Amino acid sequence: MKLRYKDLLGLAPLTAEEIELILNTAVPFKKIFTRSIKKVPPLRGKTVALLFYEPSTRTRTSFELAAARLSADVLNLSVSSSSVQKGETLIDTALNLEAMKVDYIVLRHSVSGAPELLARGVRAHVVNAGDGNHEHPTQGLLDLYTIREKKKKIKGLTIAIIGDILHSRVARSNIWGLTKLGARVRLCGPATLVPPDMKTAFGNDIEVTYNMKEALEGADVAYVLRLQLERQQENLFPSLREYNEFYGLDAKKLSWAKKDCLVMHPGPMNRGVEISSEVADGPQSVILEQVTNGIAVRMAVLYLLAGSTGVMPAGSPAQFLAERKPL
Amino acid sequence: MKSTVTWARKQRPSQAGASQRVILIRGGHVVDPRNKRDEVLDVLIQGQHIQKVAKDIKPSKGVEVINASHLVVAPGLIDIHVHLREPGQEEKETIATGTAAAALGGFTSVACMPNTVPPIDNVSQIQFVMMKAQSEGYVRVFPIGAITKGQEGTELTEIGAMVRAGCVAISDDGKPVANAKLFRRALEYAKTFGLTVIDHCEDPDLARGGVMNEGKLAALLGLKGIPRQAEYIMVARNIALCELTGGNLHLAHLSTKESVALVREAKKRGLPVTAETCPHYFSLTEESVAGYNTNAKMNPPLRTEEDRLAILAGLADGTIDVIASDHAPHTVAQKSREFDNAPFGIVGLETTLGLVLTQIVENKVMSLSAALAALTDAPARALRLPGGHLSPGAPADITLIDLKAKQTVEHFASKSQNSPFIGWTLHGKAAATLVGGDVVMRGGRLLKKPDLH
Repeated sequence: MKLRYKDLLGLAPLTAEEIELILNTAVPFKKIFTRSIKKVPPLRGKTVALLFYEPSTRTRTSFELAAARLSADVLNLSVSSSSVQKGETLIDTALNLEAMKVDYIVLRHSVSGAPELLARGVRAHVVNAGDGNHEHPTQGLLDLYTIREKKKKIKGLTIAIIGDILHSRVARSNIWGLTKLGARVRLCGPATLVPPDMKTAFGNDIEVTYNMKEALEGADVAYVLRLQLERQQENLFPSLREYNEFYGLDAKKLSWAKKDCLVMHPGPMNRGVEISSEVADGPQSVILEQVTNGIAVRMAVLYLLAGSTGVMPAGSPAQFLAERKPL
Repeated sequence: MKSTVTWARKQRPSQAGASQRVILIRGGHVVDPRNKRDEVLDVLIQGQHIQKVAKDIKPSKGVEVINASHLVVAPGLIDIHVHLREPGQEEKETIATGTAAAALGGFTSVACMPNTVPPIDNVSQIQFVMMKAQSEGYVRVFPIGAITKGQEGTELTEIGAMVRAGCVAISDDGKPVANAKLFRRALEYAKTFGLTVIDHCEDPDLARGGVMNEGKLAALLGLKGIPRQAEYIMVARNIALCELTGGNLHLAHLSTKESVALVREAKKRGLPVTAETCPHYFSLTEESVAGYNTNAKMNPPLRTEEDRLAILAGLADGTIDVIASDHAPHTVAQKSREFDNAPFGIVGLETTLGLVLTQIVENKVMSLSAALAALTDAPARALRLPGGHLSPGAPADITLIDLKAKQTVEHFASKSQNSPFIGWTLHGKAAATLVGGDVVMRGGRLLKKPDLH
């Protein structure tokens, strides 16, 4: 089996089988890089450009290691937002990279849809490393991998995603991935951060609650999102103290969930805001394993895209409409 | 309720001896909504004006005859919502290219919005536009002045002086007037000159940062939504202020079903309000944005199917008077940016008539006559412009329409090509455009600039 598209723009355009293919491929890759000699040759001679328009440490290093362990050459470009403002457009930058015969462009961008724009403009494989509030597919994949590894399955599980759903690309990729693989998803946070449209937008019934007890009761996974502290200035919630009181995951709230409920977080954490240290460092936390699995999943993505059948980018308008379930 | 007009808009006297040519448009299907004519008639033009509309006019010697036997003969189309971008953004459009696009699209008059760089907010800017239009324009250009200086929403412009110079309405289009008291003063003061105030209805705080319709699709795409309420809250406010002041109010580019309902109710109460929509609001929905298509990014944003149907119903029952293009050219480079960073707006002068004929007339939403009224009589009335009808003595602004011609939208004469309708096949198009008796466009070719002195 092969991936259909040349790019990974999101989990929305992927089928359940494609998602499982990536997860299955990641299993041997994880074995490889946890042994003492960590490198394999499949992408020798290929070049992976990491084009980051937003600061990121975790995702960038994770992609960098994933590419290096597949023996690809890595080109690291951090573009500060100021040089974007005065300078080159995204498409021009990408065309220049392509002129240097780059095979992959891994893009992190603050605007939703930027990777799609890029994918239509270049022949290189485009991997979305997070775009605006839209998707962060490799994060979604590594979360699925972690859940599957720990729980041995995804179908039928109940996952509570807690926090700023409105602005979260991590939440969107997780919702797509989890529902495609048959999990039940509950979204929880203050009403200002959980748009009611989310309930039906994904074509599956998703539970929305503003009450942590309702969200956590019977949950197999408590997925805590990072709270962007500047949201307070936009009056989306009155204070960090109040946010923590109602939605910060601590031992007491976690006790409402199943005994073996996993605690996950995409990082970086605001300890004492959305998650207490007790829980983040506790026995149910798999937060650091998520980081490890990220490399395996990204290796699988780079590897599989090299052999993808498609030349067309995923998510061209017609395709998007054809594949999206009716709202 | 109607204000007394103290400043009649002057028609420019035709220069003595300026082409006393005589043209006979023969055998066409005349559709003249204001005069309730909808039959095969001949139209006789003398010089720059219409002389006579009657059956079987016998051509005298030396008369130029245009055979219109297979064509509709309509009053020249009028588009009261156009961005010509000059001065300041000539890379997007100029008065020359914008009016060329207008002539090709069948328009004989356009009213241009003042959000140029700098804005059209004083007499010399009005004069600049009129002078440029006279020397370079293919159709008539009626400038709309800003309501507030610099479109900054704080201080009224010299409205009276701008009217004297040729300004036909005022609007802060693109930057809605947030301050209700200031908008009230604008409506009141404009009454002095019988002037219509146009508002782009949008609550700036509710809409801030938004790039498409708020709803499920925006939630999926991770794009910030503009709630429908941002529009209809301001429609409601403006109607309330219209009631308070009795000033003439024109609501630009309505996009939501609630706005249509509010206008319908206001008209029932006899308020002096007119309303407008654009072809994209009755032809497309927010689904066009999927795939981050920046050519479907406009403000107000494309809404839902329910809204689209409500807009059509509003046109059919006369709640919405005017169809305008909101022609908003942007360069390819500007529209090739990330969705959030691409500008709002699409070009429309060359697709509006085709979309009206295809979506409204062919689909039997409105009769040909009623649909053409929204492009001729209604916009002329909304801003009290000359033209919009074929009465004897009226300017000889005429559009000949071939209802059977099919065109696939490909390339525009406009400097910009930002259109979601590229690739569409439209049924019906302008066969010829006459401005002041001059044939400026025929068979898709620009022939000459009209003598508008």
